[in-house]
Amino acid sequence: MTAVKLYPPRPDKVYLFGTCLIDMLYPEAGLDAVRLLEREGTEVIFPDDQTCCGQPAYTSGYHTEARAVARAQLDLFPEPWPIIVPSGSCGGMMRTHYPSLFAGTPEEARAREVADRVFELTEFLVHVCHLTLEDRGAPEKVAMHTSCSARREMGLAETGPALLAKLGQVELVEQERASECCGFGGTFAVRHPEVSGAMVEDKSRAIEAAGAERFVTSDCGCLMNIAGRLAHRDSTLEGEHIASYLWRRTS
Amino acid sequence: MSQPVQTYTPQAFHRQAHEALENPQIRANFRKAMDGLMGKRRKAFDDWDLETLRELGANIRLRALSKLPDLLEQLEANCEANGIRVHWAENGEQACELITEICQRHGASSVIKGKSMVSEEMHLNAHLEKAGIDALESDLGEYLVQLNEQTPSHIIMPAIHLNTGEISDIMHERTGTERTTDVDAMTAAARAQLRERFMTADVGVSGVNFAVAETGTLCLVENEGNGRLTTTAPPVHIAVTGIEKVVEHLADVPPLYALLTRSATGQHVTTYFNMISSPRKADEHDGPEEVHLVLVDSGRSRVYQDDELLDTLRCIRCGACMNHCPVYTRVGGHTYGTTYPGPIGAILMPHLMGLEATKDLPSASSLCGACGEVCPVKIPIPDLLVRLRREAVGDGVGNVPGAGVKRSRKEVAAWKSWQWLATHPGAWRGATLVAGSFRALAPSHLGPWTQYRSAPKPAKTSLHTLIKRHRKEKGE
Amino acid sequence: MSARDNILGRLRDRQGGPLSAPDSDFGVVTGRQWSRHERLERFEHWISSVHGEVIHCESAGWTETLARVLADKGVKRLALGREHPVAQQAREALADHEVELVDADRDIEGWKRELFDGVEAGLTSTRGAIAETGSLWLWPTPDEPRLLSLVPPLHIAVLDADSVEDTFFDVVTGQGWASAMPTNALLISGPSKTSDIEQTLAYGVHGPRELVVILRDA
Repeated sequence: MTAVKLYPPRPDKVYLFGTCLIDMLYPEAGLDAVRLLEREGTEVIFPDDQTCCGQPAYTSGYHTEARAVARAQLDLFPEPWPIIVPSGSCGGMMRTHYPSLFAGTPEEARAREVADRVFELTEFLVHVCHLTLEDRGAPEKVAMHTSCSARREMGLAETGPALLAKLGQVELVEQERASECCGFGGTFAVRHPEVSGAMVEDKSRAIEAAGAERFVTSDCGCLMNIAGRLAHRDSTLEGEHIASYLWRRTS
Repeated sequence: MSQPVQTYTPQAFHRQAHEALENPQIRANFRKAMDGLMGKRRKAFDDWDLETLRELGANIRLRALSKLPDLLEQLEANCEANGIRVHWAENGEQACELITEICQRHGASSVIKGKSMVSEEMHLNAHLEKAGIDALESDLGEYLVQLNEQTPSHIIMPAIHLNTGEISDIMHERTGTERTTDVDAMTAAARAQLRERFMTADVGVSGVNFAVAETGTLCLVENEGNGRLTTTAPPVHIAVTGIEKVVEHLADVPPLYALLTRSATGQHVTTYFNMISSPRKADEHDGPEEVHLVLVDSGRSRVYQDDELLDTLRCIRCGACMNHCPVYTRVGGHTYGTTYPGPIGAILMPHLMGLEATKDLPSASSLCGACGEVCPVKIPIPDLLVRLRREAVGDGVGNVPGAGVKRSRKEVAAWKSWQWLATHPGAWRGATLVAGSFRALAPSHLGPWTQYRSAPKPAKTSLHTLIKRHRKEKGE
Repeated sequence: MSARDNILGRLRDRQGGPLSAPDSDFGVVTGRQWSRHERLERFEHWISSVHGEVIHCESAGWTETLARVLADKGVKRLALGREHPVAQQAREALADHEVELVDADRDIEGWKRELFDGVEAGLTSTRGAIAETGSLWLWPTPDEPRLLSLVPPLHIAVLDADSVEDTFFDVVTGQGWASAMPTNALLISGPSKTSDIEQTLAYGVHGPRELVVILRDA
């Protein structure tokens, strides 16, 4: 799907684009991403003026508004450092859709330049940091849900599982139809709540049926969706962002 | 019991989706069928360099589209030279009239039909019926659906919404066939019921999978043999197709055929590949004396105007996008209320029916990308869904009928407020209750969420604040 | 203005301007370079996988194989051509046989019901076959018309091993189809089938229930 990405050597400094969902709902995941990167000796710059990548409006068809919001992010990364995004969805928006969103505008070149520097967190940890992990947690069966954006838009089906495989005590269990969407889809979940509800019900049941004691994901949209469904029917199964899971088990 | 007769419309997508989701039989039938089809497709491409083959498929279709008017003229000239009469129709109504006229000229009272989605698109059977001409579907799935007074729920497997028991009931109620769960027996019964009609039909109507400009050849892909019978046994054959189905060269056909059968049903090949280049010649003993080709526009030439929407016309109608669509799998084909359901329907039907009727279809996708990933001719379906969402809310170029129909003052205001907040970092940071604000902006939008899920709890401290604290702790 | 002129006019005056055509690299559908043995093995594997029955025999005595197939399948009436060597040799060999030979080289209008209701098998020659998909290719002729391979419940096709090629693309380009398309060109891969009833395979829905390929080799 995506063009082959050439990975640079590990840089001294990176930017973190935290994403609005992490900012509002799962800030610990963002902080854990910072901690993981810092432990690898990489300085993390968090531009304070960042807000949202613009995707909610983009996928809803409101490109004028999406462009205005995206434009406000373009100038936050002036140095040529990689931009790390702990979400395949926002990362995919910035890497694959910014160039077309700004096509024919004065910001087109800038948008392309920013897009080229965007890395999803697990991608960066695997392919650039060549992360090694020392697992300090108890044995646990874990299911991974890779977001559709990470899997298909960014071509990153393997990086999340590859990181979990580095945890010696963790057994990665594969749920049935692992590549199927969890039903979040941004505003899809509220525009077509019943269909989305049916999808997340199937996804959450598949994760339970796989015998997982916990699930992790690299996208907080999916996390909010799947964990929300599990909580809604009082399941004890909990989920978290992969950054938090990796940090918790190795610190 | 077979299902009661029901009419489906795209306007009623939400209600129809609700009904399908509440119907465990429909849910089970589609889940089982789609799981099977996805598995078969994967296996069918095992030994192939699939990406290279898809690239070739896409390029062949793009090349054909880049020369579309020339190729249509070449197709017409070569068909006519071979003795096939070519007709043009601006829309389905015109096409129906053309076909009815041909039937009437031959005094036809009975038409046998091979599978044709374009004929479904124009409701040809109903039109013929009004003219007193009986049209019988001969593809087994189409036949069953017709017996049940329904429309196809899938473009390749029309009766996929029905299970064996339901089909047995339908055949029993409509044809007196003895109830059975033996598929061979049911198939044999249908064979017997249709045989007489193949023999006596006055006209055969079929679709076209590829129309080859270079040779004036109509290619039909099938397994049952009903397509061959339809195009061979009656004295008149009328093929009907959309103007986009033309390809340039005969050599363009093998790669598209390889992609089509594997993508559609996971078959390495279908039983028959039927290539028709002329009516019966003087020394030949069978085949129709007359062959007609009806080329239908129905909005396709408008789609053709737009560089992005144009990709919609690459489609070779394999159905892989619906087989892999998690929404289609949950709600089934009828829910869409359109001739073409699923992702291809959501990007095609707005052009055929207008966005006013179909405005809920482009949004009926989580944009998971599975459709685009499997499309054999690499149509960027998710991007086209987003484009149609833009058109629906009046943010697009306006090349789609009904553009802007979904624009609501309330929603525009919500996005404008969101835009203001997200472009004022101070306010964004200051609004520790950003989530709360967002909720206030779109009050109707959180209700549906909590119907199935617990509401996410806004964090006490934002990431912005956490990182500031983290810096301080580190003494930066 | 006619519908034709309107449609072509809109296509020609495209708003987005002229489109460019990308190159097509057909490498992926050709150049298999299979040995004769591999080719025949693939052909047989694929056509068998869709219920086609392949019977090997030597070219010289192929009609004995035909007679055996007819006896095994209980065929009493066999439709066939007259001029093609396959038909000629079959007619000679079956002359004193109890199988009734039905002439296929007649206008269909005169014997439609006979063909539909009273013939158990149709015998045809083939022009060749495709190894990659296990497909026979036929160009029906006045001698062996289109319905001969379609209407009887059993289709017996005679194929020469040397006429098997690697891919469909190879056949179309190598045999110069584009300059000589017949009224009807056909690929046949197995007997008629359907899976329209809950994805369950059933054979013989409208066309032949059985396809027997007599593969003549040397």
